[in-house]
Amino acid sequence: MEKARPIKVALIGNPNTGKTSLFNQLTGLTQKVGNYPGVTVDKKEGTCKLPNGTAATIIDLPGTYSINPTSIDESIVLKSLLNTDDNNHPDVIVLVADIENLKRNLLLFSQVKDLEIPIVLAINMADQQERKGIFIDLKTLEKELQTEVVLMSARKHEGITEVKEAIERAAQVEKGHPLCSINHKIDADYFKLLKEVSPNHTLYELWLMITQNNYPNQLTEEEKIKLQEFRQDLSKLKRYQHKETIHRYQQINDILKRTYRVDQAKAKNLRGRLDRVFTHKIFGYVIFFGILLLIFQSIFDWSSAPMDFIDGAFASLSDFVKEQMSPGVLTDLITDGIIPGIGGVVIFIPQIAILFLFVAILEETGYMSRVVFLMDKIMRKFGMSGKSVIPLISGTACAIPAVMATRTIAGWKERLITILVTPFTTCSARLPVYAILISLVIPNKKLFGFFSLQGFVLLCLYVLGFATAIISAYLLHKTLKVKNTSFFVAEMPNYKLPSLKNVFFDVLEKTKAFVFGAGKIILAISIVLWFLASNGPSSFDTVEKNIVENTQNNALSADEMQHKIASAKLQNSYIGIMGKAIEPAIKPLGYDWKIGIALISSFAAREVFVGTLATIYSVESGDEDTSTIKERMRAEVNPDTGEKRFNLAVGMSLLIFYAFAMQCMGTLAVVKRETKSWKWPLFQLFGMGALAYVAAFITYTIFS
Amino acid sequence: MDTIASLLIGEVGIITEDALDNIPLKLLEMGCLPGAEVVILQIAPLKDPLYICVNGSHLAIRKEMAAQIRVVKSE
Repeated sequence: MEKARPIKVALIGNPNTGKTSLFNQLTGLTQKVGNYPGVTVDKKEGTCKLPNGTAATIIDLPGTYSINPTSIDESIVLKSLLNTDDNNHPDVIVLVADIENLKRNLLLFSQVKDLEIPIVLAINMADQQERKGIFIDLKTLEKELQTEVVLMSARKHEGITEVKEAIERAAQVEKGHPLCSINHKIDADYFKLLKEVSPNHTLYELWLMITQNNYPNQLTEEEKIKLQEFRQDLSKLKRYQHKETIHRYQQINDILKRTYRVDQAKAKNLRGRLDRVFTHKIFGYVIFFGILLLIFQSIFDWSSAPMDFIDGAFASLSDFVKEQMSPGVLTDLITDGIIPGIGGVVIFIPQIAILFLFVAILEETGYMSRVVFLMDKIMRKFGMSGKSVIPLISGTACAIPAVMATRTIAGWKERLITILVTPFTTCSARLPVYAILISLVIPNKKLFGFFSLQGFVLLCLYVLGFATAIISAYLLHKTLKVKNTSFFVAEMPNYKLPSLKNVFFDVLEKTKAFVFGAGKIILAISIVLWFLASNGPSSFDTVEKNIVENTQNNALSADEMQHKIASAKLQNSYIGIMGKAIEPAIKPLGYDWKIGIALISSFAAREVFVGTLATIYSVESGDEDTSTIKERMRAEVNPDTGEKRFNLAVGMSLLIFYAFAMQCMGTLAVVKRETKSWKWPLFQLFGMGALAYVAAFITYTIFS
Repeated sequence: MDTIASLLIGEVGIITEDALDNIPLKLLEMGCLPGAEVVILQIAPLKDPLYICVNGSHLAIRKEMAAQIRVVKSE
């Protein structure tokens, strides 16, 4: 009988073993990844057809060195293996190992093997075997490990069919065998008692439950209480875990002695030479900052052409739809709300993709680990870890994946501080706001004859973001009373040429997640905003009649009349009432109620700011003119002073406000999920909001 | 008493048996076992962390932790 559901295959392995390469080879374009806000992106999943026609779901679990977790990523692996009712609980495990670090990889293998789930050992990078002078006795190794072993190279697409065949055979096996008998080498009596707790679980499963304090649902209450008794003496547990690890290594050493040899003379030392350059005390930093400069240059240079193209395409799409549909509320919603809203997200694709391209290449080559090594001491002064550099750099594209990238940081305090300050780095959602405000208030002049003043202001805003992140990290480091189990071990992988396929999938997946994540919010806001602007309490319905009655004696042209009605309608709509309500609070910053509306709506996502102003000013003008949003903003007049609404003081005040305020629901949602509490996202929301308010007030006062 | 932190670049040390209590489980799992050889490959520009090779694993660890792991210098 064919199995009704596809078999579940989990890929498990140390980081940098090529697990993701194998995943990409097995699944190709069938993989799916969850979206950011609210949805878990703990795993990647894809489908694959085995040679005998069976369908398999391939789950790519995060890289881990053992199943005694010290980071969030690693605890996901433990959870999916231990809980048989977990969605990720596999029928077959493929343990991906790297031929160069077989010994360490086998430690994880021996732990996973003891869970008695059918398993295949896939030794990756086998194409390097000869060059590195490595010899493996496959037959003996298979016998010793009691497991099918496949030599493969995911990059060269070698051995993939063999892996699939091995999965097929492993799926036929009811249950695996344990490899290490942890009991008698450590404390036979203790483990005998432990085994008696439950006949339904393997000894190693029970041992993991007590050492990790993780009790799956399928355990009875009675069993759970019995297991918890074993946690009375924690130092004993720790001692036994140490013994267990040493015992495992002894057994692995024994096996490898008979099956694995490295001819040291053949092992070339390219790594050492490259390391001397990349971690040099001067050149190391020069190269790193050079790369950063290159990244920022490319983000702006390479992306301007595709961004202009996307901008134009959405504008003509909007015009086209306007021509095709009969005028009415629905047409307005689509052409003024939805299309520009979506365009506002799509326009960032080039920048986000370029940034993620660089990050993916740097990770793939192994260079990022050297950055971690170079920057750790500096970052520690600010309460962070060397591993915080990656989130801070990724934050320039989008804070959501950046917050998720903090998962590799083991120390809770270091991780928390990194999460809290990452939203200060200038993400791409701030760019359209900055771009339009700068072009409105900063003169298009050259500094020293060649340096664009507008560009210089933009650069200052980026520096301001980084500086604020670093300074606030330092303040948090000095004030936060959080228990820190600071722990820092970073593997320094061998240098590799990046695989185009991996880089492509990585960029595709992250860009997709950004577009769909942010797109949903913006679409929702566009609709809500449109509704709030075109509806209101009872007074809203009588606005038109009142205006017509009150102005009967004045000789107004039809256009003027139309404008007056639209303007009064906006003031009496729900959103107008909200804007008016907060006007006293934002007046000291130089803003009026219309900017207030844009502020409110952009608390969900910054890029909504421009779209909101476009909607408000076009609803208000009530006519069909197609002037751009910039022209409308430039024409806006402050009735109190008769001056331009967006003068230097207001523009600068808004720039500073947007640099600091926490205006992104997606980030708040992801921080809530990563910190498992509302405390920290709320702390960010109010802390950053207060800072933004005060800083914008000071800026406005200085410039006016 | 020598520790990993007191080794110079290129020097080899062997982790002593009594160092076991001071080695965190995570490092044990990465191959930092009593009896294993440790070589310092690089020291970061600001003198911390250390880039070591132990039991075939290439790792960066902080000086603070390295100072807790006793070794015997090997000739």
